[in-house]
Amino acid sequence: MTERTEHVTCTFCGCLCDDITVEHEDGRISSVSRACPNGRAHFLDYAPAPRLPRIRGEEASWEEALAEATRILNAARSPLLYGLSSASTEAIRKAVSLADRLGAFVDSTSSVCHGPTGLAMQAVGEPTCTLGEVRSRADLLLFWGCNPAASHPRHFARYSTTAKGRFVPEGRKGRTVIFVDVRLTPGARSADLFLRVDPGCDFEVLTTLRALVREKPLREQEGVCLGGVSLGVLRDVATRLKSCRYGVAFMGMGLTMTRGRDVNVAELFRLVAELNTYTRFSVIPMRGHGNVTGADQVLTWQSGFPFAVSYARGYPRYGPGEFTAVDLLRRGDADAALILASDPAAHFPSRAAARLASIPTVVLDPEESLTARGATVWLPTGKAGIDVPGSAYRMDGVPLRLRPFLAPRRPSDEEILGRLLEEVTP
Amino acid sequence: MIRIRGGCIVDPANGVDGEVRDLWIQGGRIVAPPSPPVSEAEVLDAEGMVVLPGGVDLHSHVAGGKENMGRKLRPEDHREHVRPREGSLRSGSGFTVPSVFLSGYLYAEMGYTTVMEAASAPLFARHAQEELEDLPMVDKGLFITLGNNHFVLECLARGEEELLRNYVAWLLRATGAYAAKVVNPGGVENWKWGRNVSSLDEEVLSFGVTPRKILSGLAESVRKLGLPHPLHVHGINLGQARSAGTTVDTVKTLDGLGGHLCHLQFLSYEEAGEGSSLFRSAASRVATALEATTLSLDVGQIVFGGATTMTSDGPLEYALHRLTGAKWINDDVEGEGGGGVLPLSYDRRSRLSAEQWITGLELFLLLRDPWRLALTTDHPNGGPFFCYPQIMRLLMDRSYREEVIATLPPKVRSGALLPSLDREYSLSEIAVITRAAPARILGLRNKGHLGIGADADVALYDRVFTDGTPCRCAKYPSCRRALSRVRHLVKGGEVVIRDGKIVKEVSGRRLCVVPPFDESLEPRLRKQFSETYSVAFENYALEEGEFPHREVVPCSKT
Repeated sequence: MTERTEHVTCTFCGCLCDDITVEHEDGRISSVSRACPNGRAHFLDYAPAPRLPRIRGEEASWEEALAEATRILNAARSPLLYGLSSASTEAIRKAVSLADRLGAFVDSTSSVCHGPTGLAMQAVGEPTCTLGEVRSRADLLLFWGCNPAASHPRHFARYSTTAKGRFVPEGRKGRTVIFVDVRLTPGARSADLFLRVDPGCDFEVLTTLRALVREKPLREQEGVCLGGVSLGVLRDVATRLKSCRYGVAFMGMGLTMTRGRDVNVAELFRLVAELNTYTRFSVIPMRGHGNVTGADQVLTWQSGFPFAVSYARGYPRYGPGEFTAVDLLRRGDADAALILASDPAAHFPSRAAARLASIPTVVLDPEESLTARGATVWLPTGKAGIDVPGSAYRMDGVPLRLRPFLAPRRPSDEEILGRLLEEVTP
Repeated sequence: MIRIRGGCIVDPANGVDGEVRDLWIQGGRIVAPPSPPVSEAEVLDAEGMVVLPGGVDLHSHVAGGKENMGRKLRPEDHREHVRPREGSLRSGSGFTVPSVFLSGYLYAEMGYTTVMEAASAPLFARHAQEELEDLPMVDKGLFITLGNNHFVLECLARGEEELLRNYVAWLLRATGAYAAKVVNPGGVENWKWGRNVSSLDEEVLSFGVTPRKILSGLAESVRKLGLPHPLHVHGINLGQARSAGTTVDTVKTLDGLGGHLCHLQFLSYEEAGEGSSLFRSAASRVATALEATTLSLDVGQIVFGGATTMTSDGPLEYALHRLTGAKWINDDVEGEGGGGVLPLSYDRRSRLSAEQWITGLELFLLLRDPWRLALTTDHPNGGPFFCYPQIMRLLMDRSYREEVIATLPPKVRSGALLPSLDREYSLSEIAVITRAAPARILGLRNKGHLGIGADADVALYDRVFTDGTPCRCAKYPSCRRALSRVRHLVKGGEVVIRDGKIVKEVSGRRLCVVPPFDESLEPRLRKQFSETYSVAFENYALEEGEFPHREVVPCSKT
């Protein structure tokens, strides 16, 4: 018999759309409506049937696999816990407890994603708002270095450009949309204004914009082009930013993972803060993984720091660039790793990935990812929001309860981490 | 069964001041001495110790969205303030914004066993509850902000009192909260268009209501629902020279309706002189207005040194950003309110800081009735909660107070009332403002005292008096140190600190209210959700059993 569950939350990306309807039959998902292509794949590609763990590629019982995982973690002198961002908040809480107990390094996918955004926030602060405020009030939207049409496809319709809200009943017609990027992305095509910035020149453009907003006298100089954008265009943008009623900037990897990184982001955050002298303006980072914001939150409330934490001395220390997973691996500082809900073997730079392949790894992942295939122990757990309960944090920090609709047939990350927490010796 | 033997008991709620006798505990409660005497009881030797009820903090920003933004914002606050993992206890870091486990341990070590998280937007309640889940050692509750909530504003604009009451009841249940709070009513909604409110009669843009209407409407709803704690009020004009005027007006508006005025120190200033950009203490004006009512307050005393301001008062944080240039967080929350975070330091050489410090102490010393007053620093806004013992000493020890006053800027010192106030708090009065009164103001009948049937939350301090009179530590120079750290602590009937060391981590209970509401509200709620929220109505409320350790505190329907 086909069952129908409504208001399911999709945890693929940081939008956490919570209006998905899923139909399922005999423990298999048969149809998904309202989800974007990413979200559909998130649900439909998951085969919830139980699987046996693998130890070095060979199937093993759960008890054997847990014993081997415990042995690996106990034998390690400086283990690394990495990932977190697609797991439930409850699982992340357990993972950070485990890191504390082991004296381990713990880092989330933030460090290869919006880590620099965190650093910028720590440097200059961050005026922000929830996505519902964007929908209700924003009459100007500035997308900088992000491509929501591919990464967050329903963002436009649910929260931003085309959404209708209390104070913007006209929807798209009531909003000015500006895109800034190095190339014309699909979303940028429908913008009112597109600024093509030369690769690596975001900081120059942002600084100039700040100066124009503050009405500093600037002179156009022959032959000098600011990152590919003319001063005249920037003057126009500055005027628009200052004269809107409620502006919101969204930013992505185009700022965080190009030359300048956190310095780029801090410059945008400064611009946004300063715009509040003239109007109201906020910024929302376009967080990727479904619960990467939750990973930041839990690490912060348990350790004080959002990512790149070392418990090696028995208390939390913060070290972006030092305790971040890629840097630890490249230096050869981690001698074992527990990977939760992420696929670093597929995404890390080759030297870091090579080091990861050379140390014992315990991988908790519903799917047999590249990292899981190379793992010493792979523990095939359930998937939060499908057959595992829990909560997740949206990109704007709004926490949502996940609504599992399939009966659990696999152990959850939370249970497995709880077992490991009991078994390991501190 | 536990027998606390031979301690000097200070329990003002039961009229006990320095009686040396035993205290018996069973099943998490204080019980009558068994007769015939039981021999197998666990004995906690309290000879030479002062026995107080566990401390009750009724206003502290200790867990939730803003708090965590504050932690994330300030790695510089944590680096040199760390606590290593010990046995099964967790490690942590942070000074003004300590990590969650560390906060629980620090509260317990100071002898506090109940803490109220002072503000969360309802939309972020789940976050606050998740952090509270990780806050060990204390019983806890959550206040939710309602003063800029669109549904509330619309009910008030249309005069739908019953619907409003129903909504407040539903929202408290949906968020697992303990009390309703307003923060800068109307001002935060106006801030979303770059404005604020400066008087109780200014209009809230596009809603056609005034701060006065919001205050009286919500206070009335809370009263009619019979909630254990009255409306918790953070008024308008906080931190500004005109605040005393609007505070007096707020007091008059709430008189008869009930209300608790929080961190009133920050709202008791007046202009230092005609056209002056500085403010000075107007504590006496505010205290006089309060004396004529039955409203309660907590002080929000500042402590010289580092702090992190965090409040749901968005425009205030922006004003502080303009004033200091410090890194600034703002967060506008859809349909509900907003907030902000900003690091701040109180410097005794600064005239503004000194005035704030004086204002708080004057409030403490001018209000004759300690039963309406609670000691807070509005943690971490006025300073971290673990500085409470410093404030206790300032209140108990006039000579110490004079020493500190002497270090303040002469211009501030000379005009102030404080140097002429010679009142000294007794230890019993300290027990009132840190235990009995906050428990009574919160409507927690089983807390803040040591009578039969009370929750067995008991703090044992090394004896702090030498002058012969039992349990008065007024002249005792080390009372601050003595009250800083318990010798033993019993929480919910279990010994959790022994000889100053945490021997057991307990999770504490989650205090909440479940006022009755009428389902007829739902169609209106659904409409509200589709218009205002970016989350589904079905996914908003906490689920039954989503959080364990729940204890329902009954409402008294009037």
